[in-house]
Amino acid sequence: MNLFEISGLKKNFGDRTVLNINELTLQTSKIYAVLGPNGSGKTTLLRVLNLLLAPDSGRIKFMGGDIGISQADRLSVSRQMCMVFQRPFMFRSTVFNNVAYGLKLRRVAKPECERRVNEALDFVDMVDFAKHSATRLSGGETQRVALARALVLQPRVLLLDEPTANLDPGSVQHIEEIIRKYHQEYNTSVIIVTHNLFQAKRIADESILLINGEVVERAYTAEFFDHPRELRTRQFLDGTMVY
Amino acid sequence: MEAAVSSLFAQKMEILEIVKMSLQVSGSATLLSALIGIPLGAWIGLSEFKGKRLLLRLVYTLMALPPVLAGLLVYLLLSRSGPLGFMELLFTPTAMIIAQCLLVTPIITGLVSAGIAAKEGLIFEHAISLGASKTQATWTIIKEARTGIIAGIMTGFGRAFAEVGAVMLVGGNIRHMTRVLTTSIVMETRQGNFEMGIALGIILLLLSFMVSSIVLSNAEEFSLK
Repeated sequence: MNLFEISGLKKNFGDRTVLNINELTLQTSKIYAVLGPNGSGKTTLLRVLNLLLAPDSGRIKFMGGDIGISQADRLSVSRQMCMVFQRPFMFRSTVFNNVAYGLKLRRVAKPECERRVNEALDFVDMVDFAKHSATRLSGGETQRVALARALVLQPRVLLLDEPTANLDPGSVQHIEEIIRKYHQEYNTSVIIVTHNLFQAKRIADESILLINGEVVERAYTAEFFDHPRELRTRQFLDGTMVY
Repeated sequence: MEAAVSSLFAQKMEILEIVKMSLQVSGSATLLSALIGIPLGAWIGLSEFKGKRLLLRLVYTLMALPPVLAGLLVYLLLSRSGPLGFMELLFTPTAMIIAQCLLVTPIITGLVSAGIAAKEGLIFEHAISLGASKTQATWTIIKEARTGIIAGIMTGFGRAFAEVGAVMLVGGNIRHMTRVLTTSIVMETRQGNFEMGIALGIILLLLSFMVSSIVLSNAEEFSLK
């Protein structure tokens, strides 16, 4: 089944077009890596998909239905996805309350909420931190809590915006393991924006290259890295692209 | 110091009355200002509209409104020949509350608006991404900006509690009626009772410290529920 069907999508910031995607279809239960140089529109794409930004034109279908029609529709659609930001903001409370935030918004009963929060914290190895202040964690710990805060909601799709940027190799590996494990156990679709080509190779089923807001190439990850079709993909991968 | 303490004990009942009046007037003025200033500040901080910058400049200018000028305005409003003279509020605690409201509301509005605007975008996106409706996201922003809001309230209370010009003008420092700590200090100093003036000043500072401590310790417990 198709997760997202994008057609004629455009997003401008002032005079500058940051997204210009003619056609892009993403399937459920896959991990997609979105690659590209700085300013290529990767984060904007995630924000548009997460309904944080409205496109200027074009159509987006989520699980077969058009999104962004009415406020009620938007809420029900946005509650099926969850985004983890590059620099996650922790609410000024405990780790437990941060992870429980989305469940409380959905009015999940207290015992169920506690069970799910503990399960999510266990999933990211942060159970011992439940009562700690969420604003006093290290970068890696903060990112794990941000992941738990998203995973606890059991979204259909997880949108990750450079979740391992600025983390040490150990933390990167830990976060990747969590993503892979969650994807395998819950069959959740994942769209990850990353600058780390090795990371894309390690975890993505398919890779997509965005340059100047346009999809240059989209292919199975092995094919994308070993036999890129487009000249610009080859230039991007071997670092010879001139921006 | 000894002289200050002994003069305090000599007039214990009257001082208690003055302290009570000070807390009553400044507390009511702060409460009223918070009821106006918090929603107004939140609205300014969260919305984009034409004239927002001008409104903010006006609020920031009013944050520095001289107490004597605020007192004069309220005096003109409430004096017998003024538009609200028929209410006969001049030289009553109500007039003092109105004058202090005029001073405190811009402070709370300005600080709340700045506190909320500083975090608005970041928190809003996180909240929406975690499934909040716009109303839920707005409430989350207000909760997260609680330090700024409490700072606004405390600064406002401090301004009201310590000001003398406005309450002197519209209250008149009438014994057993409108006398508060600051007007008493002025009066005692003019009469040459410096010990009493210093003693009242110490009480004022201690009370201010106690109120801040109570508010701040409760604020710490106010976390995401």
